[in-house]
Amino acid sequence: MIYFDTAATSYHKPPQTASAVYNALLGTGSSGRGEHGASLDASRLLFSLRKEVSDFFNLQNPLNVVFTSNSTESLNIAIQGLLKPGDHCISSKLEHNSVLRPLYYMEKQGVEATFLDDDNFEEHIKKNTKAVVFQHASNVTGNVRDIKRIGEICKKHNLLFILDAAQSAGLIPIDMKENNISVLCASGHKGLLAPQGTGIICLAPGVFPEPLKYGGSGVESFSKDMPKALPERLEAGTLNAHGLAGLKASLEYIKETGQENILNQANNLAEIFYQGIKDIPGIKFYGDYNSNLRIPIISFNIRDIFAGDIADELFERFAIAVRAGAHCAPGVHEYFGTTKQGIVRFSFSHFNTEDEVLEGIRAVRILEEEYR
Amino acid sequence: MRVKKLVCVVSFNNTTEAIAFEEEAKKKGLQGRIIPLPRQISSGCGLAWKDDIENIDIIKELLKETQIPFKEVHQIVL
Repeated sequence: MIYFDTAATSYHKPPQTASAVYNALLGTGSSGRGEHGASLDASRLLFSLRKEVSDFFNLQNPLNVVFTSNSTESLNIAIQGLLKPGDHCISSKLEHNSVLRPLYYMEKQGVEATFLDDDNFEEHIKKNTKAVVFQHASNVTGNVRDIKRIGEICKKHNLLFILDAAQSAGLIPIDMKENNISVLCASGHKGLLAPQGTGIICLAPGVFPEPLKYGGSGVESFSKDMPKALPERLEAGTLNAHGLAGLKASLEYIKETGQENILNQANNLAEIFYQGIKDIPGIKFYGDYNSNLRIPIISFNIRDIFAGDIADELFERFAIAVRAGAHCAPGVHEYFGTTKQGIVRFSFSHFNTEDEVLEGIRAVRILEEEYR
Repeated sequence: MRVKKLVCVVSFNNTTEAIAFEEEAKKKGLQGRIIPLPRQISSGCGLAWKDDIENIDIIKELLKETQIPFKEVHQIVL
């Protein structure tokens, strides 16, 4: 199989990630749940990962690195845990459902939300505006937002800046301090090349969401509330130490390889693909291909061919895995007028090869000719 | 019979703080270790750092220097 669906989940993992998970499965206790060696070793492993994550995003506080199961959980903690009835929050129509649906839910709880067509939000700030939530890189178009500009406006107006870094973490260096990011949400299994079921939420100093989950914390067991201090306050229940061992190995791999190298290699493959199909009659690309910074996603449709049919034939006949459909981003499809057709998305990894990309081009061209 | 003696015990707000302190204490060459939170302090689970009473000033200084949050530095007989 040729896998071009890295934006959904990274299929190719560094071998050391798999080894780390395997070794953790053979001997890891429950972190924060006991004083014996197996449990302490798990706690030590996770603390060392908190430090690495804190360094990776320049948070400068490992105690404010909270582990979750994915970006969706992180975004739910941020959105549900920081917004109160009467607060106003600004976001965009182009967000993923992991932002939209929690915000729609909060609207029912009395939060006011504004969904813009883009990220030019300054003129929409009101007296009760508390936060903005934006995706760093689009899972449909591959375009990247200017987080420095967003962060500066947030700082000027004293707003919380919640960043959905699901698609960018591991590909684009993100400095929380420099960009005034209050909350960074990411999954382990995408650009961070780690196992599914691992996620992070990084909180800037003073940002203190209410917990999303309540349960065992390993401390203050007779208190009716979750413990006050981070990170345990937001981590009810046993953490996925086995998966997080993999995230630690992946982060080390990414640091050694360099995010810039990983992104450049994957973007070069995306560019070869784009050049190879751009002259197909009736092809339409979605997103801005002139921008300097993109993530390795090429989304397109050919004439009015149903995107799902192209994806299905690519897999059934050519064993090429791509994503079609709505990509959990309804607003993007309303914007492009593709709610019925869907969009075909190729997303590349630096682990893909040029030969695989050439095969992808060949397959798309064959299908296009057959549909004439 | 176990001999009880006066020791220094640091309590924390959570496990992560205790592990963070353990790492710094080991770097400093302290010979203490993580123990279950003694019942004289709290019965609510959790971890604490136990060390010789002679090291109490070094420990207080280390807590200040590293800025690791903690609950309290206790002197108790264990």
